[in-house]
Amino acid sequence: MVQAIVFLPLLGAILAGLISLFGAHARNPSGDEVEHHGDHGHGAHAHASDTITEDASVIHESHHDDAHDDHGHGPVEPAAAGSRAAELITTGLLFVSAALSWMMLVDVGFMHHDARVQLLPFIFSGDLQVYWTLRVDTLTAVMLVVVTTVSSLVHLYSIGYMDEDPYRPRFFGYLSLFTFAMLMLVTADNLVQLFFGWEGVGLASYLLIGFWYQKPSANAAAIKAFVVNRVGDFGFALGIFAIFALVGSTDFETIFHAAPGLTGKTINFLGWHADALTLTCVLLFMGAMGKSAQFLLHTWLPDAMEGPTPVSALIHAATMVTAGVFMVARLSPLFELAPTAQAVVMFFGATTAFFAATVGLVQNDIKRIVAYSTCSQLGYMFVAMGAGAYSVGMFHLFTHAFFKALLFLGSGSVIYAMHHEQDIRNMGGLWKKIPYTYAVMVVGTLALTGFPLTAGYFSKDAIIESAYASHNPFGVYGFLMTIVAAGLTSFYSWRLIFKTFHGEPHDEHHYEAAHEAPLWMLVPIGVLAVGSILAGFPFKELFAGHGIEEFFRESVKMNPHIIEEMHHIPQTIAFLPTVMMVLGFLVSYTFYIRKPYLPVELANTQPMLYQFLLNKWYFDELYDVIFVRPAKWIGYQLWKKGDGFVIDGFGPDGVSARVLDVTRNVVKIQTGYLYHYAFAMLIGVAGLITWFMFGFGGQ
Amino acid sequence: MTTWPILSVTTFLPVVGALLVYLCRGEDEAAKRNARWIALWTTLITFAVSMIMAVRFDPSIADFQFVEKANWLATGITYHMGVDGISLPLLILTTAVMPFCIIASWKAITNRVREYMMAFLILETLMVGTFSALDLVLFYLFFEGGLIPMFLIIGIWGGPRRVYASFKFFLYTFLGSVLMLLAIMALYWNGGTTDIPTLMHTAVPRSLQTWAWLAFFASFAVKMPMWPVHTWLPDAHVEAPTAGSVVLAAILLKMGGYGFLRFSLPMFPLASHDFAPLIFTLSCIAIVYTSLVALMQEDMKKLIAYSSVAHMGFVTMGIFAGTMQGVAGGMFQMISHGIVSGALFLCVGIVYDRMHTREIAAYGGLVNRMPLYAMTFMVFTMANVGLPGTSGFVGEFMTLLGTFKVSIPTAFFATFGVILSAGYALWLYRKVVFGELVKSSLMSMKDLTFREGLTLFPMIALTILFGVYPKPVLDMSAASVQQLVNNYNTAVSAVKAAALLH
Repeated sequence: MVQAIVFLPLLGAILAGLISLFGAHARNPSGDEVEHHGDHGHGAHAHASDTITEDASVIHESHHDDAHDDHGHGPVEPAAAGSRAAELITTGLLFVSAALSWMMLVDVGFMHHDARVQLLPFIFSGDLQVYWTLRVDTLTAVMLVVVTTVSSLVHLYSIGYMDEDPYRPRFFGYLSLFTFAMLMLVTADNLVQLFFGWEGVGLASYLLIGFWYQKPSANAAAIKAFVVNRVGDFGFALGIFAIFALVGSTDFETIFHAAPGLTGKTINFLGWHADALTLTCVLLFMGAMGKSAQFLLHTWLPDAMEGPTPVSALIHAATMVTAGVFMVARLSPLFELAPTAQAVVMFFGATTAFFAATVGLVQNDIKRIVAYSTCSQLGYMFVAMGAGAYSVGMFHLFTHAFFKALLFLGSGSVIYAMHHEQDIRNMGGLWKKIPYTYAVMVVGTLALTGFPLTAGYFSKDAIIESAYASHNPFGVYGFLMTIVAAGLTSFYSWRLIFKTFHGEPHDEHHYEAAHEAPLWMLVPIGVLAVGSILAGFPFKELFAGHGIEEFFRESVKMNPHIIEEMHHIPQTIAFLPTVMMVLGFLVSYTFYIRKPYLPVELANTQPMLYQFLLNKWYFDELYDVIFVRPAKWIGYQLWKKGDGFVIDGFGPDGVSARVLDVTRNVVKIQTGYLYHYAFAMLIGVAGLITWFMFGFGGQ
Repeated sequence: MTTWPILSVTTFLPVVGALLVYLCRGEDEAAKRNARWIALWTTLITFAVSMIMAVRFDPSIADFQFVEKANWLATGITYHMGVDGISLPLLILTTAVMPFCIIASWKAITNRVREYMMAFLILETLMVGTFSALDLVLFYLFFEGGLIPMFLIIGIWGGPRRVYASFKFFLYTFLGSVLMLLAIMALYWNGGTTDIPTLMHTAVPRSLQTWAWLAFFASFAVKMPMWPVHTWLPDAHVEAPTAGSVVLAAILLKMGGYGFLRFSLPMFPLASHDFAPLIFTLSCIAIVYTSLVALMQEDMKKLIAYSSVAHMGFVTMGIFAGTMQGVAGGMFQMISHGIVSGALFLCVGIVYDRMHTREIAAYGGLVNRMPLYAMTFMVFTMANVGLPGTSGFVGEFMTLLGTFKVSIPTAFFATFGVILSAGYALWLYRKVVFGELVKSSLMSMKDLTFREGLTLFPMIALTILFGVYPKPVLDMSAASVQQLVNNYNTAVSAVKAAALLH
């Protein structure tokens, strides 16, 4: 069954990819001749283009038609043939996969039928023995459900959202490819396969962010996402190497068995004796930071919003960015043994939760607000991981997937209604025009801010409680940051709602034309809205109550006391998140409904702070100055000075130049005058005679 | 075993083809066509024969197979051929790449076609011979002989600065070989033979080990190329015709790595161990330095050439780590790089044939006209980046894994290559393929033809196959690599134990 879950999306991706390629090839014919305009200026070439002769009789070209395909490639281009087929195939397969995943969750979570399917040998060399294996325990089953459910809904939604795009088969191919890679990631049984999925989703993310490849900004964002993720993967890879050096295996079971024996061991790095487990966990966490856009490695996520909105919902909210959280949960037996590493996790999680929330306060692009919110919520999940309450973090991952996908797809619906307008300053009063979207967005916001009895209420409050109850050195810091961030979250979420749906319309033209999206899009967001309410309470006991042992069993190694202590924290503390949520709502209401002039005044009185937040703490500028420019400068200097001047200058070019000098001087000696030669001979003969006389005379 | 000398047949078949090309005289279109077809069939048959060898090869035996021996020059210098798990994969890579080179030159080469095809066929013989020779003198002949056809290919069919490039190439490689020749003589005086299997089991005195190692190193480091003797490679690549670049990147660079595996490690284990830190340092510099330089290139071929230097850094690092994963990974990386970089040069050649420029700035938005090309180029870009699921990952991962056990700082600095390679490769792709198609000169570009697809699609298949299922290559070399690693470690630990006793 698990094979079907994982490989059906791959099948869909391949089919959609083939449809896309065949369609594209039909529009763009083959040929290796080009009409050259004017002079080529390469007369020195031994094989000038003019002499290229048609040789079609020798090798059969796939086309013999020299007619030009000159119709423009404008936005009105018709969809590729087979678009509908590609949509239906990929979406259908995903729904099958999702249905199977829910069955799997029941089977594994409640019936305790863990599965482990060995597929193929992967890398075999000496003691390195890696198999392609699908492993399903409860942790995986939860992820399977999240990934396939959101993915299938996003596929469905995209049929409506992308209906004007001529490259739909490619889009659906990428979406399914992403889903496959993500499923390989969550079903991994060893670190190498985990890394495969990890980079695979990175590839899909790169392709999807850059889906509209004509846009320079989209291309830049795609590269940024890939490269920043690679920085994280740098740590992840080193972590894998370290584990292999310590344990001699990359299989999870072997690692977890060996882990208790590793406490106290050290790794010597350039004379620095680091605790082996701590170093390994921190390196692995670096990978998680990249993928989950944590503080310092977060800069790619907001830019990733250049991609189509369904992509943001699937990859940059619900699934891929949570891979880091999943990884830490999966490796919980290691992290539990490395308290220092847990402190690092807690610190970065808490900082991200706060930092991203502050930036979210002042953004004006509807998708970027939600993106920073995602970043912040991921920070929450890591706080739970740092506290040792892995299942609680997974709980938030589970609920967050629903309401954040909902918020993104709802935003997509707004953007669709406003004809690709994304700036909330140009919106307003939309609730009358698109009431359905308004309703679901409010549901999503309630869940995100943790309104009682919605999904977010249970999971988010549990995280804050776990931070309070934890014995982590950064526990108090984590608690304070998440509490403050809860208030900020409530503020910016309601700000988004108020500025988009309430008040006066700011762009009459778009406002008048606004209309509700087609049914393809409304159904998925409806389902997600239901999920945003129902994903909380029924699962509370399984993820954050007494059912954890029974449900998760061996798949995560919880801190043994954390759940018990969470249930015994003071009532006032337990109420604080709700208080903060109400507070944030009230401030937001005052700012954007009652006294709309207030935010402007505030921004004017505090210009420094406003600019600081608006420019996202100047991280992009900072990184540009300390990483990007120096790398380019050094690269240029190494090329011109290192290779060109030093190596070539003292190497081949220098040698040949010296040889030329010598020969030139030698040539000068050959004057052609007989008396020069005679004189030289005379000196030579004199020298020889002298040498013979003294040399042999001595004997 | 075989009843016919399969190895000699594989080696000298291309020369027979070259003779046939020579016999078909004439300068008209028909003669050119004949030359192309003869060359293609010769390389295909050679490949088929080498595949027979691959099938009959027993991967569980670490020693040489298909051995042929005949008297030749003097006592101790014989015609001795054979392959083991280290040379056979490279041999098959050679015979497999050659047909692609011929097909890629089908239309691009229009003058002196006969001579061109002869040069390639002779080059194939010399390359195959290098990988199958089991006698130092024989090896030296093949190894150095390969210079001549390559020199001619760059110098006659190359770009505008071809003369400078070909001489730079020749000078660099030749300087190294002179030293190697001296070392070969020294080994002959020491052991009384130039027979490689015999020499492998002959203990070489410590002092001679050091000098001989350095002399061999001079030759192999240039071939590899390692920093700082790499500067011939970008120039040679830029000026060489497409197929020349492919051979250069796919096979000639591998001779350096092969040399390290065949001579340096087994014959001079102690010197190898002593010099490992030097190799590690040079490899790390190569990886980081050339990746940074690659970031700033304006010429497509130069960029790929610099990335080749970086990738070869992983190979040298893995080989001298002396661990199973390091050496096997270096071996795999050589095969993978042969496929991937060869294919990348083919990709450049395809747009070069249309536009006659390699300048990155002259392109942009090709995806709008060439979707198949865009897809192909994407696969190889990702393989170059080392994405898991492509063959590029397996080699990089294994070499780093194998090195981490031996030297953590080396693995640490080398892993920076993972970040930088993503930078330059994706930047190249974006500048050439993505974006809007605005340059008027590119408007009439057309997509891959059937012939071009024929050269690239098999490479895509191999890149992904070996990325997901690298077992065929790893298994073929496993036994020999294991033996090599064992012998190396035994020799090194024996010395260490002796040092402890004193």
